This record gives sequence, structure tokens and C-alpha cells, in this order.
Amino acid sequence: MKGIQLDMISEDKLDAMTPMEKVRLILDEVRLGKILVLERGLTPTEQNKLIELTMTEIAPDDFSGIEIESYPVKHNDTFLSKLLGKTTIKTRLTVIGSAAQLKTIRKDRDLISAMVSP
Amino acid sequence: MGIMKSLGLKFKWIRKLFKKKRARIGIYGPPNAGKTTLANRIIRDWTGDAMGSVSQIPHETRRARRREGVTIESNGSSVTLDIIDTPGLATRIDFHDFMAFGMNEEESKRRAKEATEGVIEAVKWLDDLDGVILVMDATEDPYTQVNVTVIGNMEARKLPLLIAANKIDLPTSSPARIHSAFPQHPLVPISALEGQNIDHLYKEIAQHFG
Repeated sequence: MKGIQLDMISEDKLDAMTPMEKVRLILDEVRLGKILVLERGLTPTEQNKLIELTMTEIAPDDFSGIEIESYPVKHNDTFLSKLLGKTTIKTRLTVIGSAAQLKTIRKDRDLISAMVSP
Repeated sequence: MGIMKSLGLKFKWIRKLFKKKRARIGIYGPPNAGKTTLANRIIRDWTGDAMGSVSQIPHETRRARRREGVTIESNGSSVTLDIIDTPGLATRIDFHDFMAFGMNEEESKRRAKEATEGVIEAVKWLDDLDGVILVMDATEDPYTQVNVTVIGNMEARKLPLLIAANKIDLPTSSPARIHSAFPQHPLVPISALEGQNIDHLYKEIAQHFG
């Protein structure tokens, strides 16, 4: 059967990895033609690393970058967390693929609609 | 000599303690959102100068440009800023996109290479800022990864962010769509090109970055 490999990576697996391990895994898998679905998204620092590393790997006629889509983060700003000054940010499901394969059609707060091509 | 030197160092330390630090503000956004047009408008309005060239071709700004000591006055208050106009952030750069604008292959590949370096520089600047003006094209979908990344970075650092919903001179613009996407941040609808609502933006800049 021919098709595109879709890997869904659990939050537990991501939590056990360092930021650089995550970024390396994403780029390696995406460059192999896989589409990744992360149960929980990358932190802002990890997103920065991913963008930086992606830019260093872009090469004409070989790799033009990635398409990455995630929902906006959720804020844990309960009364208690506000009182303690510890508002936390929760990242959400994220889809990543090669820019040549994955194209977002539409995205809003609760929907990501994308096309995948071989 | 040693004592004088030591006193000099102490005074320098005291001067540093009392000197009000100028806020360093980055202008961020995806390519072609109007970042340099806005930077030019701000610099021209308050210093009479200009920041950089603008173009319809994406990634015209491929090096961050910095202008120090820009004083903005609004409603009786004033704020002095160092303004950094950054290259457009992106997760993909394909040289074929530049060829569509009539560039030859060699030029397009060079521009693509410079654009990737510009994106890295823009990302690195995020570590050294006191606030961000995020320029969004109000005619485009606001839920882009660039917007999510910049907003996430500012929220994680607890730094002020002001959204400039640009291009309201165009009939398909919808600042309301941006506001509904990111309701937690202040937003000013503007046309950096036409100067529409720019005084409101200056008021918000003075309020948020002062």
C-alpha cells in the first residue's frame, strides 16, 4: 500500500525528551517524508529552535522548510494560579510536515484543515 | 590612580542604577505584513528619517535594522525606544517563490539564502527585547504559526505585546478576525502605508512600552 506515513507522538514521549531531541526528531522524520502529529505542542523556546534549525537545513531543490500548525496556547489562569502569580501556558496539538507535502487550507481556534500530498 | 579608577567604576555603577533604561522594541511579523512600512512611518514621524526599503517581493528585509532613541509623544506622555525592524519570520523559504516575481534563478537562490539567515537573526533578537509590536496583515488568516510563535514567546517571557492589524485601507481587511483570534492582547487597526489610525497606535505604544 502506498501512502504518507503519519506518526502520532504522545505527550509522555515528548515529555521524556530534551528540547534539542524533539527538534532533531521532528526534522529528521519530516525530511523522511513523514507527517507528525504531536499530542502536545512545542514550547515557545522549542519553536524558536525548530525554526532556527529548519532555516539552516533549507537547500534549493532539496528542502524548502516545514509547515507547522498548532492551536493557540491555553492559559491556566485560575484564581489560585493568579493569586500565586504562576499562570502557566499549555501548548496544544501540533501538526508538522515538509512544506512540500503539507499545506494548511484553513485554521481557526479549534480546527486545523490541511492537505497532504505525496 | 587605582583609587580614582575604582571611584570611576563606582560612579559608573551608580549612573547605571539611576539611568532609565530605554525599552528595546522589536517589530515582528510574517513576510509582507508591512513591518518595514510601519517602521518607516514611525521613524519618519518622529525623527524625519527612514528605516529601510520596502517591496512587494517577500523577504525584502533580510537583516535586522536598529534605530536608537526614538521618542514618541502622545497624550502628554512620552516614551523613548530603540526600534528593531526584523526580517519576516517564516518556517519555509522556497527560491521558486522569488522567481515568480521575475528574479532569475541565481538571484532567487541568493535571496532565499539571505532570507534564511534573516529569519535566524529575527528569532535570536527575541531574547534581547523588552516588547514587541506584532504586525499582522489584516487581510490574511491570523492563525499562522509565526503569529502563534511570537505571541507564545512574549507570553512566556511576560513581556508586553501590541498587535498592529495592518492594511485596513484594503477592503478585505478584518481586524475583528485578529481580535477574536488573540483577544488577550491589545490591538490597533492601522494602515501603515496610508497612516490611518496611526495616532492611536502611538498612544498605545506610549502606554504599553513606557
